[in-house]
Amino acid sequence: MRTYTVDVLVVGGGAAGMAAAAAAAREGARTVLLERGERLGGVLEQCIHPGFGLHRYREELTGPEFAHRMRQELNDSGAEVLTGATVLEILPDGPAVKVVSPKGLKKFRPRAVVWAVGARERPFGALRIPGTRPSGVFTAGLAQRLLDLEGLLPGRRAVILGSGDIGLIMARRLHLEGVEVRAVLEIQPFPGGLTRNVVQCLRDFGIPLLLSHTVAEVHGRERLEGITAVRVDEHRHPIPGTERRIEADTLILSVGLIPEVRLIEDTVPLDPVNRGPRVNGRLQTEVPWLFAAGNCVAVFDLVDTVAELGERAGASAARYARGDLPSGKPVPLVRGENVVSLVPSCLDGTAESARMYLRVPRPMEGVTVDVGGVVRRRVPVARPAEMIEIPLDGDALSELSQKERIVVEVKPK
Amino acid sequence: MRIAVIGAGAVGSLIARELCRYEAEVVLFERAPDVGWGVTKANSGIVHAGFHDEPGTTRARFCAAGNALYPELATDLEIPFRRTGAYVLAFTTEELSVLEELREWGEVNGVPGLELHRREEILAREPRVNPEVRAGLWSPTVGITLPWEIAIAAVENALDNGLELHLGEPVVGIEVSGGRVRAVRTDKGRYPVEAVVNAAGLFADHIAQMAGLEGPALHPRRGEYVLLDETTGGLVNVVLFPAPTQVSKGILVLPTVDGGLLLGPNAHDLPPDAREATETTREGLEEVIEGAVHLVPDLPLHKTVKTFAGLRPESPQKDFVLGETRVAGFYQAAAMRSPGLTAAPAIARWLAHEIALAHGLEERTDFRPVRKRIPHPADLPEAEWEALIRKDPRWGRIVCFCNRVTEGEIVEAIRRGARTLDGVKFRTRAGFGRCQGGFCTDRILEILARELGAEPWEVTARGGASRIVLGEARP
Repeated sequence: MRTYTVDVLVVGGGAAGMAAAAAAAREGARTVLLERGERLGGVLEQCIHPGFGLHRYREELTGPEFAHRMRQELNDSGAEVLTGATVLEILPDGPAVKVVSPKGLKKFRPRAVVWAVGARERPFGALRIPGTRPSGVFTAGLAQRLLDLEGLLPGRRAVILGSGDIGLIMARRLHLEGVEVRAVLEIQPFPGGLTRNVVQCLRDFGIPLLLSHTVAEVHGRERLEGITAVRVDEHRHPIPGTERRIEADTLILSVGLIPEVRLIEDTVPLDPVNRGPRVNGRLQTEVPWLFAAGNCVAVFDLVDTVAELGERAGASAARYARGDLPSGKPVPLVRGENVVSLVPSCLDGTAESARMYLRVPRPMEGVTVDVGGVVRRRVPVARPAEMIEIPLDGDALSELSQKERIVVEVKPK
Repeated sequence: MRIAVIGAGAVGSLIARELCRYEAEVVLFERAPDVGWGVTKANSGIVHAGFHDEPGTTRARFCAAGNALYPELATDLEIPFRRTGAYVLAFTTEELSVLEELREWGEVNGVPGLELHRREEILAREPRVNPEVRAGLWSPTVGITLPWEIAIAAVENALDNGLELHLGEPVVGIEVSGGRVRAVRTDKGRYPVEAVVNAAGLFADHIAQMAGLEGPALHPRRGEYVLLDETTGGLVNVVLFPAPTQVSKGILVLPTVDGGLLLGPNAHDLPPDAREATETTREGLEEVIEGAVHLVPDLPLHKTVKTFAGLRPESPQKDFVLGETRVAGFYQAAAMRSPGLTAAPAIARWLAHEIALAHGLEERTDFRPVRKRIPHPADLPEAEWEALIRKDPRWGRIVCFCNRVTEGEIVEAIRRGARTLDGVKFRTRAGFGRCQGGFCTDRILEILARELGAEPWEVTARGGASRIVLGEARP
């Protein structure tokens, strides 16, 4: 097995990984990017709808267009790329990274690693929905790949469970391909995705959105024949007597993304709510040589944010590799009331600036985000679907870093 | 002479393989498109020790004997088998007396190594067990395996020894005249035979009726399961049973050979005509979780990757129906309820021998008992993996990221007979991991279509109407 010494090894060729590798290479680090698929771009490649790049490129792009620009930036940066390369093991001692590809086994000895592998979809089985186990049940991402990358039709009559953005976008995509989308079911009393997607993907096409509803049972021995929809109470328990059968040959699930941490979960501490590694403002995990960015840290709304985090992680990793990444005493960020996702997990006073991202558990109006009593920001409308972004400048950071802990909370009006 | 075996589950497949040791033409009929898709597919995968079965029953006769054959079977067929050991846990005074009784049964049945352990000993070995436990019966010979892999491996090995396999071909009639079996009729043709082995699982009563026999009267008993992902297996390292009831062995918590945890099964008797009722129910899954949490309180249920239900054949006698019948040449391996999987190797060996004696069959000198599994390079030494890749780069292309299954393995599974997504899954474990096929279903579909020379919309999950995609988006 050949061994290669590099400065920065980036795992994952989606938006976060491409941005990280480009940034690391621009910092002068000898950088290699590993992608397990055949081509770079990650989930962007299958997102053929527009709506990407408004922040990063100040124009509206499709997913593949966004990916194309990032590939060019990566190409210009001088980072090396290996596709079809799956990481088998990350040995903390060294560190060393074992990789397999159709060309054989390789071992890398990097000074720093950026974990940028994205998230996986929560599978049907995780929901413990009763009934049969027919074909025709897809996670939204799988249905999207089949439809948009392979040109294959998952079904003809579909029900969508979950109104996250991917579910909403798939409702529109299927409708445009002639699939009858019978309904989108959402277990919460509010939509899971962005308002613009509810309007542009469902309302504009007359697709019904059933809030406080879930699938009580699936039917069909071989191929899906239908589902039983049921209304749920405020504890998400099915209300007896509200069941109704909806005939469909396809059930699409958009029921949550889970940051992918396999291969690092025994090495680094994870945040129990984000379900990704705990990182500081520089996207450095609690294992100093390991950095992480994008949806494997926490699930973000916008690829623009993911790319920006990737850049920061890549630049930090490059600085770490050449031994000039400063480190101060980490001060943990602690969730106060009404905070679900929260990135980063700690701050130190050595950064010039940082950004904080958080999510609220339910729609709220006229709230104030309070960061350790130092930074306060009014947010007129806070929704679970939209991450709140709080920039922290050098002054705020130096004041916050004097504390033992920083409580982050969202105070109602 | 020609012998038909009906049913390619674990029992029928092992019987067919044992019959191949003799000078006979063996034909195996299976109604499903692949082997091991009936009772075998949704099974706990436990190799029982033999203390659960009342002495004197046929179950007791074959359980410990089957268990003792597993190491050899696992070596010959390269199937996963691990003796984890098991505890039967007692929480009440009544349950303590059940443990005593099980130990006595075990001793009569020839089960080695049974010991009663106190609470402290149990918690020291398995710290996640409910601390309210009072005592446990320790049984070191209990093991875990992959039931469908037994059927797949036994059939592959039997094919290597001359078996004729008919998949997707249901038996519709059995010709008997002069008190002897004469032929088997399927939806495709008539096959003259001198002997028939009825290993038709849930449908063994229907097959027996075709031969003019009455019993056994079968009804399905449904068991539901919850599977936790491959990071949870280390939480519990042995099979945990509650104290059994009159009805069943109870809801268990056990490690799987893939490194996950399996919870279940419950046991619900269904009407005799509900033989396809493999759906799970809300109440059933709740019951399974409640039962499992009683044994291990802090189970990471958020790591659930799958729920499923299996049916097993139950009869009023609650015992296997084995051996010859009043129709000469018609043999039963029926009513194979638990511990059928454990007993199967011993039953197969015994029944093949009985048939050979009755029909004067000689043992073959050229029987090859060894079957090689599909290589799983992620488990091989690096040099061997590299050698595979040098021969064919597809052994270096990972398709299922969760279980690290390469394209090489999938192509080999198809070469060995996989025709469906499930056929690939059961042979390679691609799609069985945490993401449950979310990342690899499209890639496996593409490989299946390519290798079979089919269109993607002709490929099914498990035969019949279970197509995965229905056509081109914009033809």
